[in-house]
Amino acid sequence: MTTTQSNSAQVSKSVISGRASAAIQPGEELLRVENVSLAFGGVKALTDISFDIKKGEVRAIIGPNGAGKSSMLNVINGFYHPQEGEVWFCGKKRRSLKPHQIAHQGIARTFQNIALFKGMSTLDNIMTGRFTHMRTNLLMQAIWRGAAEREEIENRQVAEEIIDFLEIQAIRKTPVGRLPYGLQKRVELGRALAAQPDLLLLDEPMAGMNIEEKEDMSRFILDVNDEFGTTIALIEHDMGVVMDISDRVVVLDYGKKIGDGTPTEVRSNQAVVDAYLGVAHD
Amino acid sequence: MFYRQAGDFKTTYREDIHTFPLRQDRIGYYILLAFAFLVVPFIINDYWASAVLLPFLIMSIAALGLNVLTGYCGQVSLGTAGFMAVGAYSCYKLMTAFPELSIIIVVLTSGVITALVGLLFGIPSLRIKGFYLAVATLAAQFFLVWLFNKVPWFYNNSASGQISAPVRDIAGVMVTGPEAQAWAKYLFCLVLVVVLAWLTRNLTRGRIGRSWMAIRDMDIAAEIIGVNPLKTKLSAFGVSSFLIGVSGALYFSVYLGAVEVGEVFGIQKSFLVLFMIIIGGLGSIFGSFAGAAFLVLMPVLLKNIMVAGLGWPTDIAAHIEFVIVGGLIIFFLIVEPHGLAQLWRLTKEKLLLWPFPH
Amino acid sequence: MSANFLYTIEVILNGLMAGVMYSLVALGFVLIFKASGIFNYAQGVMALFAAMTLVGIQQGQVPFAHLINAAFGTKIHHFGWTVPALMAILLTLVVMILFAILVERIVLKHLVNQEPIILFMATIGLAYFMEGMGDLMWGSELKTLDIGLPSGGSLWLEEATVGWGAEGSGFYGLFIDKLDIVATGVALALVISLTLFSQYTKTGRALRAVADDHQAALSVGISLRKIWVIVWAIAGFVAMVAGIMWGAKSGVQFSLSLIALKALPVLILGGFTSIPGAIIGGLIIGVGEKLFEFSIGPMIGGATENWFAYVLALVFLIFRPQGLFGDKIIERV
Repeated sequence: MTTTQSNSAQVSKSVISGRASAAIQPGEELLRVENVSLAFGGVKALTDISFDIKKGEVRAIIGPNGAGKSSMLNVINGFYHPQEGEVWFCGKKRRSLKPHQIAHQGIARTFQNIALFKGMSTLDNIMTGRFTHMRTNLLMQAIWRGAAEREEIENRQVAEEIIDFLEIQAIRKTPVGRLPYGLQKRVELGRALAAQPDLLLLDEPMAGMNIEEKEDMSRFILDVNDEFGTTIALIEHDMGVVMDISDRVVVLDYGKKIGDGTPTEVRSNQAVVDAYLGVAHD
Repeated sequence: MFYRQAGDFKTTYREDIHTFPLRQDRIGYYILLAFAFLVVPFIINDYWASAVLLPFLIMSIAALGLNVLTGYCGQVSLGTAGFMAVGAYSCYKLMTAFPELSIIIVVLTSGVITALVGLLFGIPSLRIKGFYLAVATLAAQFFLVWLFNKVPWFYNNSASGQISAPVRDIAGVMVTGPEAQAWAKYLFCLVLVVVLAWLTRNLTRGRIGRSWMAIRDMDIAAEIIGVNPLKTKLSAFGVSSFLIGVSGALYFSVYLGAVEVGEVFGIQKSFLVLFMIIIGGLGSIFGSFAGAAFLVLMPVLLKNIMVAGLGWPTDIAAHIEFVIVGGLIIFFLIVEPHGLAQLWRLTKEKLLLWPFPH
Repeated sequence: MSANFLYTIEVILNGLMAGVMYSLVALGFVLIFKASGIFNYAQGVMALFAAMTLVGIQQGQVPFAHLINAAFGTKIHHFGWTVPALMAILLTLVVMILFAILVERIVLKHLVNQEPIILFMATIGLAYFMEGMGDLMWGSELKTLDIGLPSGGSLWLEEATVGWGAEGSGFYGLFIDKLDIVATGVALALVISLTLFSQYTKTGRALRAVADDHQAALSVGISLRKIWVIVWAIAGFVAMVAGIMWGAKSGVQFSLSLIALKALPVLILGGFTSIPGAIIGGLIIGVGEKLFEFSIGPMIGGATENWFAYVLALVFLIFRPQGLFGDKIIERV
């Protein structure tokens, strides 16, 4: 392995902190969806959904398979455009934007099925996550000496701090295609963190993991939330994990919202219990 | 035993992102450059220049260009020769319209013009992918060749329909025209190759290169990270076409001197460049050179063995070349999709450990 | 009726006939694409190779004669016999089946689960390989292919339509090559029999199953490798038919393989997965390029057939990427 310098094992708070949402105090509303409905042809994926995400909280979205959880994330990060309803971000109503524009506003995400750049190394994947923070143009990049190199090194420092934080130093230069599943998930989290998002969307970050890996991942999620105050919205199927790490929970079923509140409130909600355990419809 | 990275410590990120992070690689590279610049010009003769060195250098630029588009950005193009033709005809029109203009500026401007044409044909890439795009680039290939063939303005109404390069010099040394010396043409091309390869290398190691690869590996994820797909693909088309245009301009002005577009820039040439990057290595600067060297040298070698050595007819040698090239393409795609460049990397990794197995 | 109008009709008819020829090549593409997701660039070269093999066998040529002569200084060319057309066709078919088996064994087996674009490039390599191999085996000179198909203008049609033109307009009746009529009949027969085959036979159902979902097909016990051999053999058969028709029309030569390139825009129009699409796409391209050349070509220097099909395909791609009949492409995250 090539030896590289690492400034500190501790990630400084300035590294992964918000920018656009600086004006919003923790506990205030960061994002709100209002009466969102989304349909594909005749199939209704989401019907009249409203909820909010407060700055600094861990917000879980749960529900049985096909409840519309992933569709909800896709609406938030602009991959789907709802036919009805509005999305408010940082106190402003959001225009219909493309996903890459939304990334520049400070929303990052991971995917249910890992969506890493298979041909690139761990480091390059995380550096790609820094894309929204890099400014040099084609000409400066081609000449390299000067601005481009400086920018590369500055961003490399941030990337290295994230690598340290996620404890993936040893696989820094390994092509991600060769990594085991659990590590790939971690690299994907790293890539999203590298964007220093105001809002981090995690689509089933622990799917397919064993207990130990889940514990690791939960710890990373909580650390990100605690230390840098990053707001997190996550989809997860493991109820134990959801109840343990989230501040508030939204429950979807068949594209409708059937519950919203703290884990304790949701647990005692009859509609939620019915959706999960099944109830005789008669 | 002698090829080692042990003890070659990096203490800054700047050192870690060098083109050749290993000191030994760096030294080898400098020696190669010194040989190319200081020794070859004195021993070069017309045969070596026209059979091997010039086509190698010029086609490397084209391969570099296609590798940016296909190897790095994942957009397959079968229109390379069409864009080379744009470079060649831009070069011709500029040379004849502005006789005072330096050939260096002419060649680079030809690249810029080709880049603009490339951008135009790159626009559909936002909506079409994979081999659909490959078919779309065929439109560029056939339309451009037809255009240069049919519109007399492009060949200044010459009776033969050909274009031929006037004599131009750099600081009194002729680099185009029948009188130009082999070493002068060689050095001119070599300087351009080294500079362009260095610039391309810089592009591929930074922000832009990563955005290309992100689009190649998973375009949806790239978009969600903040990469604008259209801008990124267009930048790849632009840079790629620039390089290919420069290559076409050199192929016409320095190498051939006279060009009949259908013959020189036909679809076969497009395939040739594509094969260069497959054999050399997709997504590798070194691979572009390795592939170009391989496909320039192999026919020369085959010809020397079979025609000059065994006295076989040339058409048989040509057919055997087809069989070998086709076979090699399949072989590389099966055994080593990353081409010669990957073989070279693996060899080096083995060497680093030698004589220990692990 | 005005002569101009009649000429336009003739152009359209000829375009339709050329379109049938494109469709024949495109048909082979669709078959392989449906069953294996491979975009087989070598389809056109397969047609060329089949036509060369057919002529070679028919005339009793010694395979690799040139190579043997060059290597050993001999002067052999022919066995000295000729093979009847039908027999030669059967033997060519055997060669194409052998070829299908070899392709599966040597190439496809090792490229399972590769990205489509890698497979596409592999078939370009295959095309080069076959082209060189065909030339080495049978020589690269222009050959005439004659298996007794009728050719020349259809006198019957000319006589039937000669009266349509105005008196003294110089119109001699509609001209259509009889060979084109035969080709149309053959293409129709091929499409019908392929459709019947895929609907009503066990192998046909297996083919459709594989086209639908590789994994699922495997899980119900369909051998993917066997299916591939069958599909490539059928595609080889279709290539042979196309090769015979094209070869009989314009001689067996290198340019035959360029028809493969023309089949690409045909597929873009028709969609890669639709057999009727391949036919209709072929007809549209055939008529389109002939009409364009007839009406606009003279104004811009002619020879627009070189690019018309591709540019049409490009325009099409921008507005309807899935083709006329192809399945809609839905992207998911």
